[in-house]
Amino acid sequence: MEILIQNFANIQWQHILMWGIGGLLIYLAIAKEMEPTLLLPMGFGAILVNLPLEVPGTGVQHVIDTLFSIGIDGAELFPLLLFIGIGAMIDFQPLLTNPKLMIFGAAAQFGIFFTVLLASFFGFDLKDAASIGIIGAADGPTSIFVATALGSNYLGAIMVAAYSYMALVPLVQPPIIKACTTRKERLIRMEYKGKPVPKIVKILFPIVVTMLVAFVAPDAVALIGFLMFGNLIRECGVMDSLSNTAQNVLANLITILLGITIASRMKAEEFLQWQTLLIMGLGLIAFIVDTFGGIMIAKLMNLFLPEGKKINPMIGAAGISAFPMSARVVHKLGLEEDSSNFLLMHSIGVNVSGQIASVIAGGLILALVKGMLGL
Amino acid sequence: MMFLSTEINSAGAGLAALLGYGVVFLGLIALMLVVIAVGKFFQARDQKKNTEPSVEAPVAPQEVAPAPTAPGSAGGVKLYDVEPKTAAMLMAIVADQMGKPLNELRFISIKEVK
Repeated sequence: MEILIQNFANIQWQHILMWGIGGLLIYLAIAKEMEPTLLLPMGFGAILVNLPLEVPGTGVQHVIDTLFSIGIDGAELFPLLLFIGIGAMIDFQPLLTNPKLMIFGAAAQFGIFFTVLLASFFGFDLKDAASIGIIGAADGPTSIFVATALGSNYLGAIMVAAYSYMALVPLVQPPIIKACTTRKERLIRMEYKGKPVPKIVKILFPIVVTMLVAFVAPDAVALIGFLMFGNLIRECGVMDSLSNTAQNVLANLITILLGITIASRMKAEEFLQWQTLLIMGLGLIAFIVDTFGGIMIAKLMNLFLPEGKKINPMIGAAGISAFPMSARVVHKLGLEEDSSNFLLMHSIGVNVSGQIASVIAGGLILALVKGMLGL
Repeated sequence: MMFLSTEINSAGAGLAALLGYGVVFLGLIALMLVVIAVGKFFQARDQKKNTEPSVEAPVAPQEVAPAPTAPGSAGGVKLYDVEPKTAAMLMAIVADQMGKPLNELRFISIKEVK
């Protein structure tokens, strides 16, 4: 009886608030189907790590902390392994058919760099500002990888923001796209030449990308290497069984563990700070500026392109690497304006180039900040 | 270290942002050029393969009359922006819908209507 009373006495308002946040994440995952594979484990994990234990850090909290130190803190294993699965899921054919789409992938990383600057103005130190900026990569594993490698103090908030906004892409992007484009621009049709890509090119692509990134952003090699390894398994044509395993079993297994492990950084004392709200706001700005950057580059290119060759600027918005939600959003908006204007293949091409660009951006941020801080 | 990080906070972040964005562009442009070059190389190689006479057939052409094409053969069909696979499928559908064997139909050209 005494133990029961003691357990109730251990409850603090911060715990109750965190249960509410956990409940909200579970609600969004189930009722709104927003990234349920991540928000649900994160929500449940947030409740688990905020149970009023007699000795904090023991029992279930200790298990989750151990998972965190092995899977994330040690060598960023979980995000890297997840990238093998993601690489096996991605078909780079639309990008290889029209490599010029890569420009938009680069352009839509503007939000990352803009947010780094903005976060530093709000008083975050450089490693935290860089970790917050990387929310704009719209890529969970990259955000975790960079924030962990830089030892950010706000890992929990950064991860929650990154995954929440990825889930909210269908709500965040359309108003920005509509505000930045005219109806005439949204009606632009783009010809898709579905020319076949030789198998050798598809096989060489992951190898060449990995080697090129090693020269441009050596700190991103782990991320891009695992992503491209997954893609090579897919494209080589002789490892179908492993490709299926990477796409399904491996990706699902890591996703389950990653979601609940992230909760390790959602303990009330770490998560309930006013900076968490600020990080959520900055994350939203990163997504908005990414979208804006991609669209504006397309509009800029249209100034120099002849009639008939113009680009529908909406596809620039798919350069954020929230794959494939962003490409779908652009395609859907195109169909809303003209039911026979199919932009999916173009937007998917831009979307996968955004995936590569965000990893390069993550690696560069790591290299630059480590260099500046002498880490 | 704390002093160092505060000192280079905003200016450092600005520099990192500028440098980073510039290098992402350069990296992706380099990748784009490599992909275009590799694509062109293999495209040219395939074209060369198709145009080169077969090395394995050095025998002088025999004066054998070509096999007569079936009446109404679709052999000369011209394709505009249509892949052979798609064209074959379309021809098969048309033949099926008309209830006629494919070799009794003559397809002049197939063009994608845009």
